[in-house]
Amino acid sequence: MPDMKFLFLLFSMALVTYLIRAVPLVFIKKQIKSRFIRSFLYYVPYSVLTVMTFPAVFYSTGHLSSAVAGVAVALVLSYFRKPLLPVAASAAGAVFLVELAILYI
Amino acid sequence: MQKLNSFSAGVRDGVSIGLGYLSVSFAFGIMGVGSGLSILEVVMVSMMNVTSAGQLAALPILASLGSVIELILTQVVINARYALMSISLSQRLAPDVGTKERMLVGFVNTDEVFAVATGKGMMLGKMYLFGLIIPPFIGWTMGTLLGAVLGNVLPVILTNALGIALYAMFIAIVIPEGRSDRRTAFCILVSAALSCAFFFVPILKRIPSGFTVIIIAVAVSAFFAALYPIKEEEVTGDA
Repeated sequence: MPDMKFLFLLFSMALVTYLIRAVPLVFIKKQIKSRFIRSFLYYVPYSVLTVMTFPAVFYSTGHLSSAVAGVAVALVLSYFRKPLLPVAASAAGAVFLVELAILYI
Repeated sequence: MQKLNSFSAGVRDGVSIGLGYLSVSFAFGIMGVGSGLSILEVVMVSMMNVTSAGQLAALPILASLGSVIELILTQVVINARYALMSISLSQRLAPDVGTKERMLVGFVNTDEVFAVATGKGMMLGKMYLFGLIIPPFIGWTMGTLLGAVLGNVLPVILTNALGIALYAMFIAIVIPEGRSDRRTAFCILVSAALSCAFFFVPILKRIPSGFTVIIIAVAVSAFFAALYPIKEEEVTGDA
């Protein structure tokens, strides 16, 4: 059975994380009218995802070179509007092949 | 704006996320057990939080039974970006998504769920949302359990390859929109450039990455909203 202090910490952490996510969803029920805010919210996802991806993606594998190969594959396939899973799987495949090459060459 | 309310369409999109999560949470399971938590404890952390960066940062504090203040502050900083995402997502929920459903969706509004949901460019009904959040939750939990139990059985080269999967998914969401809209492409480039600056420039890189995401996203989005406001019919995403 987990320790009481551990459970206290875990519940505190989960509560904070949950409130941050759920409060805006539960309380903002109307469509926002302001054109500025609507435009702002349109740009937010693209900016957030880009910031989270670059440059972190280059450190997400074992080697910089395999990450570069994976990113290149992802960029090309997504430019041609391939679905999410094929893009992710192909990028992982490219990383795997490059790391295999590094291992045996 | 069109409405999407098919449970099976949600599951289909959710499975992509859930599969990506298997690898990431597998790594978390390994690290959790490595830091001294029991298998049950590691799985509980994943099931109750469903957030990669936040859980990773919490591990040392949980394992050492450290300060609750430090733990809460860490989570607020790292997870504050979710508030921004939830505000954005609130604008895409169909009228049939009531308070109870919103409380449930909020629990699994992860980076990837948010990305896929808003990337649809449609109003989302509750059936679609239920389908979308179930597979990621299962994938996150199962991956953690497998990682905690199997430890380092998988070859490193395979976990390395899986490490890029979620980032590749983000790329697949961002790039097509950048291709069809020049302003968005510009927004993506500026965000990437600033993010690299905050990563590499000596003074800026001391700022915790949780803050960096918020600072850049708010500044860039506000700048583009002021300079290139979206026309009313375009905000819906189906222009």
